[in-house]
Amino acid sequence: MASNPMEQFTVKPLIEAPLFELGGHPIYFTNQALLMVLVTVLSASFLTLVVKPGRLVPTRGQSVAELSYKFVGDMIHSTTGADGMKFFPFIFTLFIFVLCSNFFGLIPGGFTVTSQIAVTFALAALVMLTVLGVGFARHGIGFLKLFVPHAPWYLLILLIPIEVISFLTRPISLSVRLFANMLAGHTMLVVFAGFVVSLGAAGGLLSGLAVAPLLLMVGIFLLELLVAFLQAYVFSVLTCIYLNEALHLHDHH
Amino acid sequence: MELEAAKMIGAGLACFALIGAGIGIGNIFANYLAGALRNPGAAASQTTNLLLGFALCEATGLFGLVVALLILFAF
Repeated sequence: MASNPMEQFTVKPLIEAPLFELGGHPIYFTNQALLMVLVTVLSASFLTLVVKPGRLVPTRGQSVAELSYKFVGDMIHSTTGADGMKFFPFIFTLFIFVLCSNFFGLIPGGFTVTSQIAVTFALAALVMLTVLGVGFARHGIGFLKLFVPHAPWYLLILLIPIEVISFLTRPISLSVRLFANMLAGHTMLVVFAGFVVSLGAAGGLLSGLAVAPLLLMVGIFLLELLVAFLQAYVFSVLTCIYLNEALHLHDHH
Repeated sequence: MELEAAKMIGAGLACFALIGAGIGIGNIFANYLAGALRNPGAAASQTTNLLLGFALCEATGLFGLVVALLILFAF
């Protein structure tokens, strides 16, 4: 029988001995930590090395870097306006980290960093703390006007709690969306791969039929590539939208 | 009823959240396509809103998945 589809998400220490202790808890160097280091180092070194020569006619690598720069720049500009551009490094880093983690997770036998709620929630918490910090730094206590929409007072009794709750659930929905998409996609891939294996092992005519789920696997894998990109995009667009609210409250830029 | 069996049934029931997500995502893309065919010039400018609506809608279905996982593994 096929292996457990949830097995791929287990975090296991790569080095038996804990690195250090933090408040009585041993801290291990896990496969997740390795992948995070790998994603960060590879993406950062790729993006710095390809733009180093600064050619006028870009090479393929430089084009990738320039296109992704322009893509994220346009996204920030269209959602937050010109004064959102000072958050470009933050949002670009988030986008590249999530995108590369999603793509690295699709390498067979690899590990998906973003399928761990701990990682995605840390990212979402970082975003929400930034939004709160920016909002209070820019508007002071007036930032609380974010929770008061333009409406008659008798509706405000109902609307203010709704606005507060919707603000508080943002980090949860932001992290759960990314984590659940990755988790569901990778589980589905393993389940469908199990069909291929068990049909292929059945013998006779049934082995030939294993081509059908194999073709389906290729299709689903392509879909997962799309989802990997889409989720990184959605994560950064939502970050931009939340930042825009912190910067401009209700008035449009 | 055994607790294990009840958990399995509960996790399966939690997947009904996907009905709503499916209807919602279908609605979003259908309406986008209808709008885009009527006014192709404005279609490209609305892809951000399209993907945003898709993501917000999909998240509600995924909450169902999280509930299912919580039932199965957390309790």
